[in-house]
Amino acid sequence: MSGFVKSSIARKVVMALSGLFLVVFLTQHFVINITSVIDPETFNTWSHFMGYNPLVQYLLQPILIAGVIIHFVMGFALEIQNKKARNIGYAKFKGSANASWVSRNMIYSGLVVLAFLALHFYDFWVPEMVYKYVEVNPEMPTRYHEETVHKFEPFWRTVLYVISFVLLSLHLWHGFSSSFQTMGVNNKYSEGIKTFTKIFSVAIPLGFVFIALFHHLNPLTH
Amino acid sequence: MGKLDSKVPSGPLADKWTKHKNEIDLVNPANKRNIDIIVVGTGLAGGSAAATLAELGYNVKTFCYQDSPRRAHSIAAQGGVNAAKNYQGDGDSVYRLFYDTIKGGDYRSREANVHRLAEVSTNIIDQCVAQGVPFAREYGGLLDNRSFGGVLVSRTFYAKGQTGQQLLLGAYSAMNRQIQRGKIKSYTRHEMLDLVLVDGKARGIIARDLVSGEIERHSAHAVVLATGGYGNLFFLSTYCMGANVMAAWRAHRKGAYFANPCFTQIHPTCIPVSGDHQSKLTLMSESLRNDGRIWVPAKIEDAEAIRAGKLKPTEIAEEDRDYYLERRYPAFGNLVPRDVASRAAKERCDAGYGVNKTGEAVYLDFDAAIMRYGREKALTSGMKNPDDATVRKLGEEIVEAKYGNLFQMYEKIVDENPYKTPMKIYPAVHYTMGGLWVDYNLQTTIPGCYAAGEANFSDHGANRLGASALMQGLADGYFVLPYTIGDYLSDDIRTGPISTETTEFDEAEKAVRERIEKLMSGSGIHSVDYYHKKLGKIMWNKCGMSRNEKELKEAMKEIAELRKDFWENVKIPGTAYSKNQELEKAGRVADFLELGELFAMDALERNESCGGHFREEYQTEEGEALRDDENFKFVSAWEYTGEPSKSKLHKEDLKYENIKVKTRSYK
Amino acid sequence: MKLYLKIWRQKNADSKGSMVDYTLDGVESDMSFLEMLDILNEELISKGEEPVEFDHDCREGICGTCSLMINGQPHGPDSRITVCQLHMRSFNDGDEIVIEPWRATAFPIIKDLIVDRSAFDRIQQAGGYISVNTSGRPVDANAIPIEKEMADKSFNAATCIGCGACVAACKNASAMLFTSAKVSQFALLPQGQVEAAERVQNMVRQMDLEGFGNCTNTGACEVECPKGISLENIARMNREYLSASVKG
Repeated sequence: MSGFVKSSIARKVVMALSGLFLVVFLTQHFVINITSVIDPETFNTWSHFMGYNPLVQYLLQPILIAGVIIHFVMGFALEIQNKKARNIGYAKFKGSANASWVSRNMIYSGLVVLAFLALHFYDFWVPEMVYKYVEVNPEMPTRYHEETVHKFEPFWRTVLYVISFVLLSLHLWHGFSSSFQTMGVNNKYSEGIKTFTKIFSVAIPLGFVFIALFHHLNPLTH
Repeated sequence: MGKLDSKVPSGPLADKWTKHKNEIDLVNPANKRNIDIIVVGTGLAGGSAAATLAELGYNVKTFCYQDSPRRAHSIAAQGGVNAAKNYQGDGDSVYRLFYDTIKGGDYRSREANVHRLAEVSTNIIDQCVAQGVPFAREYGGLLDNRSFGGVLVSRTFYAKGQTGQQLLLGAYSAMNRQIQRGKIKSYTRHEMLDLVLVDGKARGIIARDLVSGEIERHSAHAVVLATGGYGNLFFLSTYCMGANVMAAWRAHRKGAYFANPCFTQIHPTCIPVSGDHQSKLTLMSESLRNDGRIWVPAKIEDAEAIRAGKLKPTEIAEEDRDYYLERRYPAFGNLVPRDVASRAAKERCDAGYGVNKTGEAVYLDFDAAIMRYGREKALTSGMKNPDDATVRKLGEEIVEAKYGNLFQMYEKIVDENPYKTPMKIYPAVHYTMGGLWVDYNLQTTIPGCYAAGEANFSDHGANRLGASALMQGLADGYFVLPYTIGDYLSDDIRTGPISTETTEFDEAEKAVRERIEKLMSGSGIHSVDYYHKKLGKIMWNKCGMSRNEKELKEAMKEIAELRKDFWENVKIPGTAYSKNQELEKAGRVADFLELGELFAMDALERNESCGGHFREEYQTEEGEALRDDENFKFVSAWEYTGEPSKSKLHKEDLKYENIKVKTRSYK
Repeated sequence: MKLYLKIWRQKNADSKGSMVDYTLDGVESDMSFLEMLDILNEELISKGEEPVEFDHDCREGICGTCSLMINGQPHGPDSRITVCQLHMRSFNDGDEIVIEPWRATAFPIIKDLIVDRSAFDRIQQAGGYISVNTSGRPVDANAIPIEKEMADKSFNAATCIGCGACVAACKNASAMLFTSAKVSQFALLPQGQVEAAERVQNMVRQMDLEGFGNCTNTGACEVECPKGISLENIARMNREYLSASVKG
């Protein structure tokens, strides 16, 4: 079993599984966020639930953070190993002839997404933690919509969010379908799965972009 | 060296092999662990022999010049492997395969060996399937067969056009299993430079590590040479670039007789030479002759216009085309055997009707087949009065399904679309039936030195049938040699390890080093390729598809002169004790320059025409080969006496007790 | 035509190499790429210089010996061929052609453009076989019918020529396509089932030991493979490996 844990395939599977888990989280996140555009009340209700439900807070949240850490730490470890596998590079290498830009640059799209996560944590997660656990403020189930919309007032933040979602889309474009290949799924359903992952990887980030732009263009008037 | 003793067992033909296996001495498993065997060459014969010997318990060392045993040139065989399985229920049998092979060889092979080959052919298929070789299958899940030239049954097993590759990878995987077990030690990028004899027995080799250039000594109780054929003597051939005769020739110089060196197979359908820069010729499978029609222009002025680029083949009217095979051999037409088809192409080109810029090419035309298939398809799909374009399109689809990969390969090399314009083809050297003389046990005239596969002479006589080379290589390696070698090694169970620190090894190594130094010290005017190409031209022009006394004598003289020039003026850059491809080539060409002379002498001595050996003096009024069974029904086995031209001829008479010797006719 | 060549020259494994420029005139379009190099070498020899060493043997695209990175692509610009099948008509007069060896830590350079691919042999030795003795009496070849589709798939995987273009093309120098081709060939046949779990574990372990990179599913290997070995084989190997590991 120790051989298994160290093997290249097992590491790849860890990347795939953590990636798929993050995709599921992303979907859930999107579903909640889109309500901020449709119906602020629903958004507040759901956000409050996520913020105060003990199961979410004390079980799912740590798992999510672990998922993110595992995904990027393993990503770096593999990248280092892959660089070592070619100690002397080519004078001329025409990577575009046989593989897409996206598939060859996962580390870069991943890094941008990681940087975005840092910003995102700074914007929402850190203030939220401070609000709840440091300052120990009382519960206020209606504050979420307003806080969210406020964040998108500055132009620079909106632009950064949009860029990050484009990179996230590229990351998903290769990564989502690739995770199935890594786990050995290559059968008659593969084409269908691939189509689904491509649609997903464009639609979801596009939805997030829409939300960011919507709030930027429709600031709260009071 | 005494009289040639073929050691063919007595008794009825069909029982000889079984009887022999029951009677030969065996080595018990405990003793096998104390016996070392060297196998040189890791193609079908060497790879399968090494794996099987290791399975039996012997300690095996393998040597190949390639970077991996998987790259031996057996890998390039396209068509298939014959076996008398009779899965098709078309009346095939061991006897029929035996008979076809003897007849195909123009009655110049040893009856008992060929029968054994036919017997074990069925085991080959069983063995390879068990190893996971993915042969072609029918929809019912059973193995598929195809038919090949010169026979009336369907007995050829195949894996698309890559049968040789699949069989070789099977043998390679069997080798790998033994390497993993520690029973085979594989030396890659190593070349055997000499055979070492101790008390008249083969006891080891001197090899060069091609990466470091170091000279190494390796000892063993027996040495197996499975080093392939010597067709690269002609420079241009369908052989791989590295194929050489060095191991066999070094053994020959140490006392192994060389048999029938002039028996060479020249395959009729290869892509022609395009210019002086050409390094290698590519085969187009024999199967193409099923549907292609071979022709040249009937008028010499048309041929000239084509060569000058003023006329296209498609512009020549039907009545101005000479379908010379159909004209000369109405019964077999385009499907005459390889030797006959090759000679006929040469005859037309020599007469000035060749169709490429070098004047050495004929057309292989699929137009008639495309239209025929197209009309059939149109009819069966219920089309009434389809126009020509539709018929052609349908026909092209069918031809593509049958030969698509070959057409694509042709287009890559020649840059012409063979669906639109006829293919150009010309014969090329493809296989050598001659090789080291071996007895029924595959032992050469040096005790303890064995030869297997194309390196020996035994099974194909003067002409080899399609899909028989793979069969012989695997038969020798898997099923014959591992048993017969035990008979010899049973005397060696108390010998103990062979030391490499003896005067015999000292002397052999010294000779090898001196030879390398002599090569490196040439005055440096011409490259190795310069000499190899010159030798190739002499061989092709004077010892090729047709031969005559005058030219063979000239060839002997010219080769001897070229050899002298080579040793004085060859230029090899770099150093001897490092990686040096020019030095590798030089050693090989040096031996070709000796073999070439013996080749010409053998052709000169054989005053008859048989199989691939055609002597212009011995032909019928219609220009067909004229065999002389009265005087030449024997194997020529040459003993080295210090100079190729002074080699001594020994004859092994061929006795046919079970079949009637007939004349081949394809009219 | 006249060509400007940039070729990697390196004396031996221990020395440092560099790109060297050569100008070659008189190249004809119907020459093969290797014949073009032959001519360059003839010129070098006549000048008393050491020729450029490169691996090659069958020159008909099946032995897998030739192995050149040409203008940043394994086996050059054409698809589904090896270098020996590449012809000069794919280039134009005045072109610059960069010629390099395969680059991978697991493929150390021996000299000039020649690399040591024995890592591939060791992967095969780790399990690329079915344990059946020759000396035994195997069952009749037709005793076990095999579905044609499976036999064909197995054959397609088995057509790998072991040239290493997959490793050369992969940005991670991964050998997954090569290894998976052999795993798949046997996994698809009933004969190969018995040792399947052990085989895939041993071969993957050896592959990792040799220092090849990880597969990131870029698909470059499949595009550059002269025999068109499918990525499907990698998925199959992953599956085989995971199920073998789960079963212990």
